[in-house]
Amino acid sequence: MNRILGLHVGVIALLLALHFVLPDYHHVSLARILVLTVYALGYNLLFGYTGLLSLGHALFFAAGLYGAGMSMQAYGWTAGPGFLFGFSCAVLMALGIGLLALRTAGVSFMIVTLMFSQVGYLTTLYFNEHTRGDEGFVIPLELRQVFSIDLSVEDTRYLAALALFAVAVLIKLAIVRSPTGRILVAIRENEERTRMLGYDPFRYKLTALVLSGAFAGASGAAYGILFGYVGASFASIQYSILPLLYVLMGGVGTVLGPLVGTVAMFYLIDIASGLTSAYLFFVGAALVILILVAPKGILGSIRDRWARWLP
Amino acid sequence: MDYGTFFLIASMEGAVQAAVLALTALGLSLVFGVMRVVNVAHGEFYMLGAVIAYWVSSQISGSPLLGFMAALILSPLLVGVLAAVADRLILKRLNYDPEATIVATIGLLYILQQAALTLHGPVPTAVAAPFDFYVRFPGFGYSGYKLFVIVACIALMLGTWFLLAKTRIGLVMRATQYDRETAQAFGIPVDRVYAGVFALGAALAAIAAVLIVPTQQAYYLMGGDPLLLSFIVVIIGGLGSLRGTVVAAILIGMSDGIISTLFEPTLAKMIATALVALVLVFRPTGLFGTVAR
Amino acid sequence: MTDQGPKSTTQKKQFSRRDTLKTVAAGGLAAAALPLAGRFNQAHSAEPIRIGFQAHRTGIGAAYGRWYERTTMAAAQLINDGGGINGRPVEIVTEDDGTDPKRGAEVVEKFAIQHKTDIVFGTLFSHVVIGSAPRAGELKIPYFVVSEGHHVASGKLNRYVLQPGITDVKSQVSSMAPWVSGNLGKKVTMIFPDFAFGHDHRDYFSAAMAAQGGEVIEKIAIPPTETNFFKYFPRIPKETEVLYHVMVGPGVLTFVKEMGQFFGGDRPEIFGFIDSLEAVDLASPGLEALEGTYFWEAFPRYAQNDGSNPHDAFYREKVGVDANGASLNDPKDISTYSHMFGCWETLHIIKQGMEAAGYQGPDDRAKLIEAVESFTEFPESQAHPQGMKTFNGKTHQAFGIQNISKVNEGKLGVVHRTSIEDSLYEPEVDYTQMPL
Repeated sequence: MNRILGLHVGVIALLLALHFVLPDYHHVSLARILVLTVYALGYNLLFGYTGLLSLGHALFFAAGLYGAGMSMQAYGWTAGPGFLFGFSCAVLMALGIGLLALRTAGVSFMIVTLMFSQVGYLTTLYFNEHTRGDEGFVIPLELRQVFSIDLSVEDTRYLAALALFAVAVLIKLAIVRSPTGRILVAIRENEERTRMLGYDPFRYKLTALVLSGAFAGASGAAYGILFGYVGASFASIQYSILPLLYVLMGGVGTVLGPLVGTVAMFYLIDIASGLTSAYLFFVGAALVILILVAPKGILGSIRDRWARWLP
Repeated sequence: MDYGTFFLIASMEGAVQAAVLALTALGLSLVFGVMRVVNVAHGEFYMLGAVIAYWVSSQISGSPLLGFMAALILSPLLVGVLAAVADRLILKRLNYDPEATIVATIGLLYILQQAALTLHGPVPTAVAAPFDFYVRFPGFGYSGYKLFVIVACIALMLGTWFLLAKTRIGLVMRATQYDRETAQAFGIPVDRVYAGVFALGAALAAIAAVLIVPTQQAYYLMGGDPLLLSFIVVIIGGLGSLRGTVVAAILIGMSDGIISTLFEPTLAKMIATALVALVLVFRPTGLFGTVAR
Repeated sequence: MTDQGPKSTTQKKQFSRRDTLKTVAAGGLAAAALPLAGRFNQAHSAEPIRIGFQAHRTGIGAAYGRWYERTTMAAAQLINDGGGINGRPVEIVTEDDGTDPKRGAEVVEKFAIQHKTDIVFGTLFSHVVIGSAPRAGELKIPYFVVSEGHHVASGKLNRYVLQPGITDVKSQVSSMAPWVSGNLGKKVTMIFPDFAFGHDHRDYFSAAMAAQGGEVIEKIAIPPTETNFFKYFPRIPKETEVLYHVMVGPGVLTFVKEMGQFFGGDRPEIFGFIDSLEAVDLASPGLEALEGTYFWEAFPRYAQNDGSNPHDAFYREKVGVDANGASLNDPKDISTYSHMFGCWETLHIIKQGMEAAGYQGPDDRAKLIEAVESFTEFPESQAHPQGMKTFNGKTHQAFGIQNISKVNEGKLGVVHRTSIEDSLYEPEVDYTQMPL
């Protein structure tokens, strides 16, 4: 237990240390990666631990993004209230979608979440007068601050992203190591048996979905606030697939896997696109090779071979 | 224009869409039914079908009919071979694990998309229809080729049904679908069946694309919509149900056309998508499905 | 917020962040660098001006992107042949943004911090521009876009974003209304994509048409995910005199083809934006129905040979485009002629701006912005082959001449040229009041 807590606190400390030594480009990139990692952390809670594969998480990310961005723009709120509002939108959205979608399972769950998310995407386009549709809008610079701290500056942005990541990763660690977390894994392994043991799988799956949506919403709201842009492309299907890729690459059902996966995907695209205009080819090939060589993702394979204690 | 004409046009457009969708979804359904593989690259096989059709027909100058016939044979053949190779090189090695194959086919999707962008280019290209005549209705003209597409799709679906239900190949496929281990024990070459099913699924997508591309154009990003719609059709129809797939394709193809004449089109798409999702929510096994195993 | 606020915090914190590392390294580096100091000054003058080119190589913008790239390379070559900028050669550093706003913002960071380019340039798609603009403003790197969106002049962006080399959709659309109402008809039905770009057309054209005594009698918004268009045509009212269409994306060819099928020989006047057919061969099967219809063009795709564009031939030759607007290497490879000239002209304005500002390096970025803001007019020349433009330094937006062309025997011929005055509107912002 101490070893596990130590590892996670150590990773957070390492990221704080990197703040002082990382070259500028990697410093700004890592800020974005940390925000997106929170999205993947939440996705993994549902997919990796509970065994539910959603193809509609962009809906929750976008709920956070638009909730924050539109409330700030409309009421002149600063980052704090904007973040809370966006976060609440995502939680409510996850609760509503969960109540409906969790009546299905397996591939049907995939498709239902995908379709609800597609409705969300079309909604951002349809209410163009308010959202500016695909073009999106910029959150005014002067609102992107909390307690008079300007979040549009590289340093505060990094520290804010790190703070969000630290809170998220510790909460997730607490969840997966709690009795609830063990029941989620039990549902993944055998839902019927869990039911027979007297637990209500629906209630636990709903809890997992709402928590997962909350992480996605926090990430979306933070993304809008820290990078200043809100647009429909973040509600599109690609952004539902993104956290799935991060998680699969980093390690399904691991706490830190999403961080590893998000970092790996970012640099894979960044480096490959510098070498060739056909960089999608490398991304595709990397996915295929990875799944053939290390099917449990980077951290999942490490856990299997060397560190079985990893959560 | 009166509502009767609206309805007529919406129905005909819906029928074309439904026919092509049914054929595409049939391929996805077959792969899922027999192999339990969610093939995310299915839309890219469709896209390749269209792009190859462009190349074949542009090599054969003179008669568009000749080019079209050549494309109709070559395009599904090439795409089928490619799919069989992908099955052998990738899916088989993953032992058809459901999650692993999703990642692998996402990877395949990127590779095929990039290949099309690099080799075919980013510009949507038109393919000439094999024949060109308009049917004049009161107030509007309608492409005779589109009516031919409906007929061709129905014929191809009947052919596939015959293959699956009445021939030895179909029997072997169904046996493999029902119980892989037992089929193997009875001497059925499961590996070859899987490769064949994956190739057939991809070829069906390619052939659907060859049929529709003269009314649209070959474009390297065109695989996304057919993939989404096929998924929806397969699930709504009920997994592994051929009849369900066809009925669902008609339902979705037609409803999209008709609802959009009643509401604002984008709103109609939102409503239609939400309605279909709700059908699934309250009937999770689809219209004709049995409980998923 | 004050002018000094964010800037000084950046510098202070940036220093403290790397503080520890730098003090260790500084001593050694300073010692090593001393003997080189003399040579560095000399080398500095010949060091290239680095221009970050944000290109749509993949994604939905790829068909435009490669022509933007060709035009940019041709313009850079021309500038270098003429002695470069301030005697320094121009180097184009290209990064693919995947036509995605998230990647676009990352690419701006990469240019500013990793490649250390002097400026960023060349973006077309509006969502990429708007997604990248906040980062350009925060990193204080000039961002010259070639997008024809109204986003710059609307005041939504910031002082570091400029669009001096291409006109915006609001001015293009407004300037069409007088000729359309005077020559084609007063009752218009509009067909447009149901997202921001289409809504701009709807709103600006409806307003401009009303000012001319015309009327938009039906507005048909097509969902962005649509691939079949035929079912929408019955919505066109019978009394329609002019059908106005503007579609973008891969479905446009289908759209135009199906429009031709629907009407057969009995059709209203049809007026469209060439955006519908950029990079598409007018000889494509199914496009015969466009014969006799009209298009807006910024820069006529087919060489007009009437002396109206004295610099057109030179520009075509340098970019590698034939008299039909196709690539010299492949007559089937059609250019995006009404958009890509913006890259050429913008690059020349960057040169003019840097020379006026005495630009030396990234420290002079603010001076470059101010220099460009002071420009008011770009006369027709080799640097501005599309025609003369005026520039509003307060709104960061250029205004120019627009063309209306008619399809005749499968080719576009200009029938009307608007004046710049037709396309002016009230300024909506004054960027010069914002801090640099």
